[in-house]
Amino acid sequence: MLELPTEVAYLDNAASTPLCPEAAEAMVPMQRQIYANPTGAHRMARDTRRRIDDARDVMAEALGCEPDEVVFTAGGTESDNLAILGHHSHLAGSFPLAASFSQAGSFSQASSQPVGIVCSAIEHPAVLEPVQRLGGQVVGVTAEGVVDMDHLAEIMEAAESQADGQATGHVDEHAGRHAGDSAAANSLGSAGIGLVSVMLANNETGMVQPVAQVAEVVRRANPQAVLHSDAVQALPWLDVATLAADMDLVSVSAHKFGGPKGVGALVVRKDVGVAPLLLGGGQERGLRSGTHNVAGIVGMAAAAEMVLKTRVQQVLRVGRLRDKLVDGLIATVPGTVETAKRAGKVAGSAHLCFEGVESEALLFLLEDAGVYASAASSCSSGAQDPSHVLAAMGYSRELAGGSLRLSLGYETTEADIDTALAAIPVAVAQLREYSDA
Amino acid sequence: MRVLVAMSGGVDSSVAAGLLVAEGHDVVGVTLKLWGGESDTGCCSVSDTQDARRVADLLGVQHHVFNFGDAFSEQVIGPYIDGHAAGLTPNPCVACNHHIKFDKLMIRAAALGFDAVATGHHVRLAAVDGSYRVRRGVDMAKDQSYVLYMLNQGQLARLLFPIGHLTKAEVRQHAQALGLRNAAKPDSQDVCFIANRQGGRKGFLTRHLGESPGVVVDADGTVLSRVASVQAVTIGQRRGLNLGGSAEPRYVTDIDLANSKVTVGCKEDLYTQTQPVEHIVWADMAVAGPVEVQVSAHGIPTVATVDTAHSTLCWQEPQRRVAPGQAVAFYQGDLVVGGAVASGAVDASLKG
Repeated sequence: MLELPTEVAYLDNAASTPLCPEAAEAMVPMQRQIYANPTGAHRMARDTRRRIDDARDVMAEALGCEPDEVVFTAGGTESDNLAILGHHSHLAGSFPLAASFSQAGSFSQASSQPVGIVCSAIEHPAVLEPVQRLGGQVVGVTAEGVVDMDHLAEIMEAAESQADGQATGHVDEHAGRHAGDSAAANSLGSAGIGLVSVMLANNETGMVQPVAQVAEVVRRANPQAVLHSDAVQALPWLDVATLAADMDLVSVSAHKFGGPKGVGALVVRKDVGVAPLLLGGGQERGLRSGTHNVAGIVGMAAAAEMVLKTRVQQVLRVGRLRDKLVDGLIATVPGTVETAKRAGKVAGSAHLCFEGVESEALLFLLEDAGVYASAASSCSSGAQDPSHVLAAMGYSRELAGGSLRLSLGYETTEADIDTALAAIPVAVAQLREYSDA
Repeated sequence: MRVLVAMSGGVDSSVAAGLLVAEGHDVVGVTLKLWGGESDTGCCSVSDTQDARRVADLLGVQHHVFNFGDAFSEQVIGPYIDGHAAGLTPNPCVACNHHIKFDKLMIRAAALGFDAVATGHHVRLAAVDGSYRVRRGVDMAKDQSYVLYMLNQGQLARLLFPIGHLTKAEVRQHAQALGLRNAAKPDSQDVCFIANRQGGRKGFLTRHLGESPGVVVDADGTVLSRVASVQAVTIGQRRGLNLGGSAEPRYVTDIDLANSKVTVGCKEDLYTQTQPVEHIVWADMAVAGPVEVQVSAHGIPTVATVDTAHSTLCWQEPQRRVAPGQAVAFYQGDLVVGGAVASGAVDASLKG
């Protein structure tokens, strides 16, 4: 068997975090003692269901919604897909899978007039892919990696004026926002932008997005528009309940904040229509059929509880460690560019570009030195793909090719930072020696 | 030694890694992601990467994936398309070896502190008077020395070819003995970035260059037939010219891209005493006397002298013309001593 180095500085918490002890402990009884199917009719089933309802209460508190607005899913990707594809097909009046994926991989749209969808250029592929397959538009970002509000306003206004020109009849004021109101939804075909998705914090740069302002701009143009925010990277660092209060749909994933992998949640506010992606037993208000991942849900709630209790202190502690790390690297490694202003980032995020260095080679040397980090996103083969986020921010392919994401977590220690501060300057210098040759 | 093994996911490079581990080297495996698009030969598909990863797991070595996609598009696919647009028949595997596997990868390996790079090519490494040579692999049917003619002393000094002394059957036996899951995996055959499902080479070129319809004429200029794409035609080609049945096979003897004209003639019209070449390289010192020249992956070597001053091969006996853009490799016995790329124009001073 392969062995891990004994001393490892794990600085890849934006990719995944260790399971927190609270979650690990909470999950144990759900495997061997309270294992019944929560839809069952007996006492153990009711006990299981109570654990899920307790978890739902905790998640509602963390996310700033009513308990029955929490839909448990299998993770961030499913939450994002359910939000985008589910709301779109609700508006279009079709089951998502009725619009089948064609051989070429593009979404062949059943309805003749697609509902306008917009997302930012720096969304996670779990949002970007569905939006693009539905023919949606992409809003650019500033050089600082923040959604370009002028561009957003432009897109909204252009869509609205086009819709006004096409409108043939009266459109119900609440059309499209009410679940099950598909007749009205169908008439919404030409009513401009129906869904806007902007993440709360970016997974590469850590930049926090002004979603409240986004909501304002969007609703000024179309009061009926539904807003989605991918808050997957935000929960450990930001008060999602407050910041995403204006959002109709909010995605989170447990393993980004100390919970287990394979479980997440989507907030679906009561007046927002979403069609399910999975049909079956009708769990989760019919929005997510399939037996609950009970241990996962319980673990996620335990982690969320831990986050709510410790977040304020952790943001201060980890933020200080992050500043020490970034300041130290800028001071010791010439040609270091910090992408975007630190003040705009979540506390755990350090994102840098090193001139004249290829991230892949840097990550290789850092791994040898016991520092685990990442560059942009990894493709399914494990190769490092060029960052679409840095491209959207206007970075050259060369400089973006030398990016390094060091993401800290609740368990990151001062020693981890010292290890990274010792290893990174040496690795960068070694690689530059060869790139100059 | 600390060795970086290029692992494609195929049986050859897997066994190469296994043999190095058995010899006690400090081995790390790497799979190159070269091509993001669709392909059915799949030299860099996700499933091949997965095969390489699982073999590395079994051997107990670390495995990485390097994304050389940008360099591959720029230095292999781009020139392949541009070459065809200019009427050449480039060899993309030679370009990949030249620019990617034995340049970019070797530079990265050195930067990462490796002493050597190993591949699963069917060739051996030989030392001649303190100088390195690529030597043909033991299995002549699998010998890959032709596509490695460009390796220089600096590169050869840091290269290992662990399976060159084995036949393919022996490689598969080793794979089985090691318990490798890909022991029976079929060999990759075609150009990795061209999918047979999508019309093969012709379909690929048509998608990138568009159709370039033209006429097929004989030596007198009589129009015999039409072809859909002149750019996909190669010197020496005899099939796919829509000539119908004919008693005597006819071969492409000239391609005039500017006038969309393909000239065909009999076999004899293809033959020439001299072959213009460019980009001549030598493994070490230039060879003044006769060498054996191989003009395709498994062609029969024929004797010629290399006139470096005039960039020309002078055949001992007339030979079929080589399609411009094709690689030619120079041998002495089973040792590679150099190579070049066939070009179109014959040096005027040698015409006669």
